[in-house]
Amino acid sequence: MSREDVLVTAQWAEENLETPGVVFVEVDEDASAYDTGHIPGAVKVDWRQDLQDPVRRDFVDRAGFEKLLSARGIGNDDTVVLYGGNNNWFAAYAYWYFKLYGHESVKLLDGGRKKWELDGRPLSADPVSRPETTYSAKEQDLSLRAFRDEAVAAINTKNLVDVRSPDEFSGKLSAPAHLPQEQAQVKGHIPSAINVPWSKAANEDGTFKSNDELRELYQEAGLDEGKATVAYCRIGERSSHTWFALHELLGYEDVKNYDGSWTEYGSLVGVPVEIGA
Amino acid sequence: MADSCGAPEQGAALPANVDAGKEIVLNGKVTSGGEPVGGAFVRLLDSTGEFTAEVVSSAAGDFRFFAAPGEWTVRALHRNGNGEAKVNADGPGLHEVAVAVG
Repeated sequence: MSREDVLVTAQWAEENLETPGVVFVEVDEDASAYDTGHIPGAVKVDWRQDLQDPVRRDFVDRAGFEKLLSARGIGNDDTVVLYGGNNNWFAAYAYWYFKLYGHESVKLLDGGRKKWELDGRPLSADPVSRPETTYSAKEQDLSLRAFRDEAVAAINTKNLVDVRSPDEFSGKLSAPAHLPQEQAQVKGHIPSAINVPWSKAANEDGTFKSNDELRELYQEAGLDEGKATVAYCRIGERSSHTWFALHELLGYEDVKNYDGSWTEYGSLVGVPVEIGA
Repeated sequence: MADSCGAPEQGAALPANVDAGKEIVLNGKVTSGGEPVGGAFVRLLDSTGEFTAEVVSSAAGDFRFFAAPGEWTVRALHRNGNGEAKVNADGPGLHEVAVAVG
């Protein structure tokens, strides 16, 4: 798989807004950005309302995913181009869902909304509707998803990549610095994890660094290329960004996203936790 | 907000659940030629220049971070230009910072 198979530039996107079979999807946690202006023709997916189970701590099941994509007018044969705010965090999360449910052709817009806006490219507030489809999802590909027992079992045996900020990793903060800090879980990280903040994989404008830069980044941080890898953050979206870098861009084969991440791990009774850098 | 990693709405008034007596709050405004700049990408960098967090400024140019004690750089990116400012947050409370872009 090459970089062009999974990542498109803003230039490519602007040239393909009208291309049949290409569907742009904006994914955000706060969907209000979409309503004030989005890439012309893009449909909206709200991470919380559309992709999370409304009751349980889990994400939308296979039938729910099929219903969502059908309603948005996305077909199994469409090429889906995902983008969003927050340096594509939630778009990367959605990308991982699309892969988990077996969608063939899905790509990320490099740099997401940020790059698009910094470039001064057009945004539209016009409502978008696409004819409904009958989307058919596959069973979850669990080779991409790590659960809590696997996170514990990975201690000292697999690469554990904690992609939160250094202050969250060391236990100084329990959430990213733009959020209030009161949380139920303990602070710290999974023992033996290396700390490679997601942001190191991205340039200032939100685009991904080159494959050479990425490979050097993870090697210098101590990632063992011969071992399987589990990436985690706090709620699983920043680690989707790193999962994308490791699995989709660098092509490392056995890389899982632990979507339970620190909100789950930091609440477990009896598991080992390490603090400090 | 409790299990959210996204950007909360930015504004000058502190949310009711934030205790400025306990938390270090960096509060500020992005301006250009004295006018507020909304929609700027505001990045919080630590004392080594490492990225820590990012929010988008409100229509009134407002932004806010919750930080640990230390020296911080606030860097704003906008299609009309970039800018940055330093702030020293030595303890809990509100720390004001203004960033001009352009």
